Amino acid sequence: MEPQNIININGIDYSFTPGETILEVATRNDIYIPTLCYLKGMSPTGVCRICLVEVEGVKTLLASCSTQATPGMVVKTDTPAVINARRMNIELLLASGDHNCLARSLDAGLWTDFQLDALDIEEHRDLCPAYGDCRLQDLAILYRVKPDHVVPVNPKYDVEDVNPFIVRDFSRCILCGRCVQVCNEIQVNKVISFGYRGATSKIITRGDRALKDSDCVFCGECLQVCPVGALMPKQDMALRTPVNEMKKVRTTCSYCGVGCQIYLHVKDNRIERVTGVEGTSPNLGSLCVKGRFGYDFVAHPERLTTPLIKKDGEFHEATWDEALDLVAKRMNDIKRDFGPDSIGLFTSARITNEENYLAQKFIRAVIGTNNIDHCARL
Amino acid sequence: MAGLAAAFGSGAMTNPISDIEKSDVILITGSNTTENHPVLSTYIKRVASFTDTKLIVVDPRRIPITRFATIWMRQTLGTDVAWINGMMHIIIKEGLYDREYVEFRTEGFEELRATVEQYTPERVEKITGIPKDQLVEAAHLYAQANAASIFYAMGITQHITGTDNVKSLANLAMLCGNVGIEGGGVNPLRGQNNVQGACDMGGLPNVYTGYQKIDDPSVRNRMEKAWGVEKLPDKVGATVTGMMQMAHSGDLKALYIIGENPMVSDPDLNHAEDAIKNLDFLVVQDIFLTETARMANVVLPSAAFAEKDGTFTNTERKVQRVRRAVKPPGDAREDWKIISDLADKMGYPMRYGNARDIMREIAEVTPSYHGITYDRIEVDGIYWPCLSMDHPGTPRLHEEQFSRGLGLFHAVEYIPPDELPDSEYPLYLTTGRILYHYHTGTMTMKSEGLNALAPECFVEISQEDALYYKIKDNDMLNVASRRGSIKARAKISSQAQKGAIFIPFHYAEAAANRLTNAALDPVAKIPEYKVCAVRIEKI
Ligand code: SF4
Ligand code: SF4
Repeated sequence: MEPQNIININGIDYSFTPGETILEVATRNDIYIPTLCYLKGMSPTGVCRICLVEVEGVKTLLASCSTQATPGMVVKTDTPAVINARRMNIELLLASGDHNCLARSLDAGLWTDFQLDALDIEEHRDLCPAYGDCRLQDLAILYRVKPDHVVPVNPKYDVEDVNPFIVRDFSRCILCGRCVQVCNEIQVNKVISFGYRGATSKIITRGDRALKDSDCVFCGECLQVCPVGALMPKQDMALRTPVNEMKKVRTTCSYCGVGCQIYLHVKDNRIERVTGVEGTSPNLGSLCVKGRFGYDFVAHPERLTTPLIKKDGEFHEATWDEALDLVAKRMNDIKRDFGPDSIGLFTSARITNEENYLAQKFIRAVIGTNNIDHCARL
Repeated sequence: MAGLAAAFGSGAMTNPISDIEKSDVILITGSNTTENHPVLSTYIKRVASFTDTKLIVVDPRRIPITRFATIWMRQTLGTDVAWINGMMHIIIKEGLYDREYVEFRTEGFEELRATVEQYTPERVEKITGIPKDQLVEAAHLYAQANAASIFYAMGITQHITGTDNVKSLANLAMLCGNVGIEGGGVNPLRGQNNVQGACDMGGLPNVYTGYQKIDDPSVRNRMEKAWGVEKLPDKVGATVTGMMQMAHSGDLKALYIIGENPMVSDPDLNHAEDAIKNLDFLVVQDIFLTETARMANVVLPSAAFAEKDGTFTNTERKVQRVRRAVKPPGDAREDWKIISDLADKMGYPMRYGNARDIMREIAEVTPSYHGITYDRIEVDGIYWPCLSMDHPGTPRLHEEQFSRGLGLFHAVEYIPPDELPDSEYPLYLTTGRILYHYHTGTMTMKSEGLNALAPECFVEISQEDALYYKIKDNDMLNVASRRGSIKARAKISSQAQKGAIFIPFHYAEAAANRLTNAALDPVAKIPEYKVCAVRIEKI
């Protein structure tokens, strides 16, 4: 260890590798610094000013995500000045748009109850749909921000919901730039960027058109990283299930061969949302439009729910025993009369390994033929 | 698959997806990557945009990934062997190949050299339409990379020369010492989520799990013991297309179809329809009443992926967990449950408590899955071969030596597609997928959102052809081939190549496979979905 590559955070020395930021050193050593716009693995933008820290000998507070550690640096992450500044920045962000989730006159301790009530009451339909799943709200609660004196602002923009999947509400956008970063640097779809200047600054597509009229491919990467309620899945707008009421099950996407790792968010035996599993290959949190939004088929009313037997050209519902007895009998008869090679099986690239294994065991060991294949030879 | 297996001894993707970040040059051909493997394409787009990695795309259509390419070569449909041989011609002639690698790790080089000798850039330009200077440039770029990888998909395999095409790509990679190294390899991209797994599990007429040959008596004996049966059949079975033909001629009496919809996906649908009608007994097991299920005598309702436990093996050979999140609707059951119940009723007890039990048996009888257990893949999957409980798995194949020992060059000659445009059917037709739908649409067309973005079938046609036929955007067209005809709207697009139209095959009501040619690759038995001749008229 090079003796000079040492930085002191909150009174304790830590080593660092040149190029590491204060935030990275802190995170590596389990020191909590709150962040908002910061995205792991991306070049920091430093726009939200939440991860501020105090550095000895520097007059202003510095954004820890974009300040590199230097030898002998002394950093404090939680001084009153830091906390005040963070609180003020959170307040400014809240005041910047239509962040109506905070019960302005209620005590912070009651927010959870309020949150649950609010979701049931019809007049609160306008409440931000990100309620309970919002980084800004979390920070406001954590820092006990009481925006009583913040005058609520009316929505500046109309909500854009003309595409089937993503609702954009720029009245709630805090311009952290995360969506711009992932669209350009992760998905490289280059659809959105910062547009206009100053107070009218806004995230736009080319020509500020609706997503559906742009090059957007609805991968939803932007949606997954939006820390507030500015980008919401359309389904969530309709269902408004609080996050803590959903169960998360990790599985593998059932569309293409990439095999992205996904979370199914489930409530009452129904998939309500799909997100990518961050930090694991092959997808590192990314998904495509099919993987993220194409799950309606699971709960579709046309799903087959009972075995069917055809009599005189019409299907009739049957029990499992009736259906399987019939199949077993017909297969046995045909095998006896025409030999096992008169029977074939198409297995599937969509069912699991375990099921494919049983399918070939069935045709080989039970029927006695190797007539097995699947439709997706490559 | 057959092509790679012949060259290397194993037919799967040689390198992990993450190796994309380690390649200096990436060559993509026959893969509309951004639409068919979207998340994998993000790796490629990233390295092509933000690093020095160079991208070569060879595709007749101006697919979106061409925007990231250093070189985009636009070959005439069905001429792949010619341009690949042409690149090797240049590389050998200029001495740019990896002599040491060729000498110590491969065999068959002299035959290859003699064959590609004939493929001068001038001749290749005549066959493929690729300008000779561009071919030379691409050859230089590929050959001079430290690590170059190749990605391909069905645009390479779905030809009568599919196996030849793949062998040629394998030749090119070996010639430049690119197999068995980080960032190199020859990588087939699997279309459906578990094609790799279906093959690994022996869902093929000639192998048990892990590609153990059914006609090898010692393997067969072992399986007979493991499964407790007297005698397993030793004759290689029929493929999908073989079974369709047998059904047509009356030799196949009963067919059990699980989770597939050949009434949309089969090449030459009219023939398939007759074949299926000719069966004595058809059982279809699926989650919806598909076009195929409607024709069944018995339909068995199964569970969707979110309703069951198990594993899928992705395109990079990684075995990953599938977990149950919701209950299946009504009486629907997991496919493994249905199969084992049926086996029980036919007098062969299959008693498994859950999917984990089945995986235990798979690991027991399959060397390449020997070390795979649910506990080990709880958090992150394992790449097969995984030979024992303490084996870490194999992200990269053929590192020390090829699965078959030495890599084998195949001298391959160019053969034109089975059906070429003529005066009666003057246009090429090629088929494929689009981003918003999947295979026969059984799942994606149940999504309002996906349907809204891609509601109906279309005929992608170039500006030039549209002008010639006096066609405007959205005009309804009749498209006819020697086998049938369909109707769909015109979509004039700069993606299309002059003289060639493209139709997605997802849509049952305008099934592109009414038009396609069922001519087969003689080895892999894959139909020539990617080229046939058609004519169009406005209606
Ligand atoms: S959905 Fe994807 S392509 Fe569209 S704006 Fe968001 S990140 Fe970009
Ligand atoms: S999310 Fe998209 S890219 Fe990933 S496995 Fe599913 S279909 Fe493939």
